[in-house]
Amino acid sequence: MPRVKVARKSTAIDMTAMCDVAFLLLTFFILTAKPKVEDPSKAEVPASSAQVVIPEDNVLMASIGQQNKIFLSFSGNDVRTETLKSMGEKYKIAFTPAEINRFSNTEIFGVPMSQIKQFLSLPTSELKGFEQRGIPADTTINNELSDWIITARKANRGLHGKDYSIAIKGDRKEQYPAINTVISVFEHQRLFKFDLITSLRAAPRR
Amino acid sequence: MAELDTSGGGKHKGGKVRSKKASTRVDLTAMVDLAFLLITFFMFTTTLNKPKAMNLTKPDNSVKTNQLPVAASRTMTVLLGGKNKLEWYMGEPGKSAPTVDGYGPNGLRKALIENGKAVASSHAAPDDYMIVLIKPSDKSTYENLVAALDEMSITGIKSYAIVKILPMEIDALKTQGLLE
Repeated sequence: MPRVKVARKSTAIDMTAMCDVAFLLLTFFILTAKPKVEDPSKAEVPASSAQVVIPEDNVLMASIGQQNKIFLSFSGNDVRTETLKSMGEKYKIAFTPAEINRFSNTEIFGVPMSQIKQFLSLPTSELKGFEQRGIPADTTINNELSDWIITARKANRGLHGKDYSIAIKGDRKEQYPAINTVISVFEHQRLFKFDLITSLRAAPRR
Repeated sequence: MAELDTSGGGKHKGGKVRSKKASTRVDLTAMVDLAFLLITFFMFTTTLNKPKAMNLTKPDNSVKTNQLPVAASRTMTVLLGGKNKLEWYMGEPGKSAPTVDGYGPNGLRKALIENGKAVASSHAAPDDYMIVLIKPSDKSTYENLVAALDEMSITGIKSYAIVKILPMEIDALKTQGLLE
């Protein structure tokens, strides 16, 4: 009786299709990846069930974290350049082109005007260890924070003809007076609509 | 995989020397490995859940118009104190003792829903919704404020506002030990 022979199959698989899919996905993830900006305020945002997505660009954001320190970020490298020049004129500080260039590439900052020269002359490697003191602010009409905001808004209006949408990012543990200070600075500039940045919590069933 | 041509030249005696046809198949294992490794890396580094925002609109404080008189019985005042606690009362300050409550489904949300129902049943049709005044004290945190505002949207409170706290209400929080 002849034995039935089991045909040996090759273990090699055609991997062309798998390779195609893998690279397609890889391309997608590379193109959608966005470099993460280090947030010096280290604000841990509270959770809420709000579903509104904040706009990606054209945002002026005030962050409050690390015991009442205020940090500011606004989009647009050209706006930042223009803002620093105007602030330099106002506070009688002359900035070198290198410092202006540095500032235009700084996404978020929180230093008083007295410290800003030092902040902008720092080498990139030491930037992380540098302790930013926060932008001084109070509930009066004129303070450094409101000067920054009005200058930035003016620059944005001049360069792009748009008005910033205002976002507030606060740490969960910040006490209300600190938040109230920032809100009243905006209110003095007749800005009454804010986006409070929160992390998403599953909406409860009613 | 790669093999050596071990067949000597003896076969083609006198005939043409044919070059051996190489296979067009390439081993893709290493390439696929690398591709998946990079995919995994990019998948973990991208943030898919973008931060969400809660809209807050404050009234324009420079114009003093549209000041409608409102029945005090329709207002509920929420005082945000320290220690993640709050107090609320209905109507005018000092007339009724405030209730100490917590945040979350069994605290503020329950109170809002119950008071809202009570107001709706005791008032006539167009003005039967409850007005909530949120008064954060200096000891309340940003998280408390956001939680309170969030409850407003969850329970569907039509009109609410953040108002400056009164000295009388600060005292009410103090007596409950919520201002430390």
